Amino acid sequence: MVESAIIDAPASTKGRILAQAVRRRPHVWLSPLVFAGLIALWWSATDVFGVPAYVLPAPEAVLGSLVAGLAKGPFDPSGFWLHTGITVWEAILGFVLGSVLGAGLGFALSHWRLLGQVSYPYIVAFQALPKVALAPLMVVWFGFGLEGKVFITAVIAFFPVLVNVIAGYQAVEPERLELARACRASEWATLSKIIVPSCLPFLFAGLSSASVLAILGAIVGEFVGARAGLGMLLMQYNQSLELAPLFAVIVILGVIGCLMNYIVTLFERRYCYWARR
Amino acid sequence: MALHADVGDLKAGDFDCGSPSNAPPLIEARNISKAFAAPHGEVVALRDVSFDIQRGEFVSIVGQSGCGKSTLMRIIAGLIPRSAGSLTMDGRQIDGPTGECAIVFQAPVLLPWRNTLDNILLPLEFRGVRRAGDVARARDLLQTVGLKDFANAHPYELSGGMQQRVAIARALIQDPQLILMDEPFGALDAMSREQMNQELLRIWTLAGNTVIFITHSVAEAVLLSDRVIAMSARPGTIAEIIEISLPRPRDLSVINTPEFGAYTQRLRRLLNAEGTMF
Repeated sequence: MVESAIIDAPASTKGRILAQAVRRRPHVWLSPLVFAGLIALWWSATDVFGVPAYVLPAPEAVLGSLVAGLAKGPFDPSGFWLHTGITVWEAILGFVLGSVLGAGLGFALSHWRLLGQVSYPYIVAFQALPKVALAPLMVVWFGFGLEGKVFITAVIAFFPVLVNVIAGYQAVEPERLELARACRASEWATLSKIIVPSCLPFLFAGLSSASVLAILGAIVGEFVGARAGLGMLLMQYNQSLELAPLFAVIVILGVIGCLMNYIVTLFERRYCYWARR
Repeated sequence: MALHADVGDLKAGDFDCGSPSNAPPLIEARNISKAFAAPHGEVVALRDVSFDIQRGEFVSIVGQSGCGKSTLMRIIAGLIPRSAGSLTMDGRQIDGPTGECAIVFQAPVLLPWRNTLDNILLPLEFRGVRRAGDVARARDLLQTVGLKDFANAHPYELSGGMQQRVAIARALIQDPQLILMDEPFGALDAMSREQMNQELLRIWTLAGNTVIFITHSVAEAVLLSDRVIAMSARPGTIAEIIEISLPRPRDLSVINTPEFGAYTQRLRRLLNAEGTMF
């Protein structure tokens, strides 16, 4: 009945219903409007007020180089695909390595109290260190290849996961542990059936931060020395003052960051659907 | 459902179940004390607490917050050690979790990633003794607690009262010698609480387990129990143990009888007199 009423209604009624929907959820149209406004501002700066292209490239020029770079073949080093693939691969490997080590160590340090107490000062000290400072050293140790970038990415992705798992372990409801103890559950059963699942919301919070930081790690690793990758491209375009393709690479990096974070969110929805309700 | 009368132990005299019988009690507590370390010396939570609990008995412990009820429960469960005194279950000293005690906490403490059925089965997984008939038994218990159609529901889909019923089923599936309930309905609104009291009476009539029920509601204690242990605070000591000889089976209508009123009045006066803080 309701649907037919909408279909049969005169245009003015349809308009009113649409207007009502828009009024109820203003962010649906406000959010794209902000984006359009920023692009318009950018466009007027370059095309109307004449900001030179070596300071700020025109939006249409950035779009042009983005399309041109993506139109090249997947293994063409003058296009974007090859470099994107290399950077993403470094980021993913580093992310997985760092998260696995961070989560594993987080549980180990929480479970064996003494181990945690002994290593805690070193972890705090290492965490206070700006990890990108290690990047130049990676070139010395690993050269210009993949390993150095994976290493620096892993080091950066490691800490948010470690810290969140330790926090999650401490936040396990004491009654859940008492329940296990009253049933004389084994240590392993308590860990696998109570503690680890209880920590999942924290683990995913850590993974979410790590997924964004992983791209940062890969880019910094490429800055200090690489033969390929989006970070290397950024340095190249910067030196030759080709700002339009440089902006295009920044756009690609933004998209990669969002995608990696989104994939983590998908996993979270799949395995942690019960949390935050 | 197992009625906890061990057939081998039955003698001619044991059939007068109403009064404390000559059979050895399930729980024997003698002069239990508990002191916690605190910034300025020690805090005595319990002092010289002694009582017996018979098999199949429903005993409530009432007292104001801070009278050591929960501490006492954790000591009986073997979760924390006592500072002094003797505590036996079935004649054996309790020096840690025995696996014979099931606990129902104030919060339901269900695992949110497990559905109702798997939450009920958790204790059996912990014991490592899952057998073929367990799922069927868990489903029977779901029916007992009135949640037959919610086997696959997750905790967040259930109301507070329903979650607490799941927790009760999780206790019953362990077929425990003793069920410890620590203010299990304390977090529920008054209406659900009354309903859950009635439900608990019904379930307990079916299951027949020995229950120690901790509460600060005098009415709840009188309604449910065979005996009520009234505790006073700072340090926690037993003020009096009162036998409730209201006829069973009981339901909520018993609340309106003069006998019920007399019991609650007596307990309230006792708790107020002992609670010198207020």
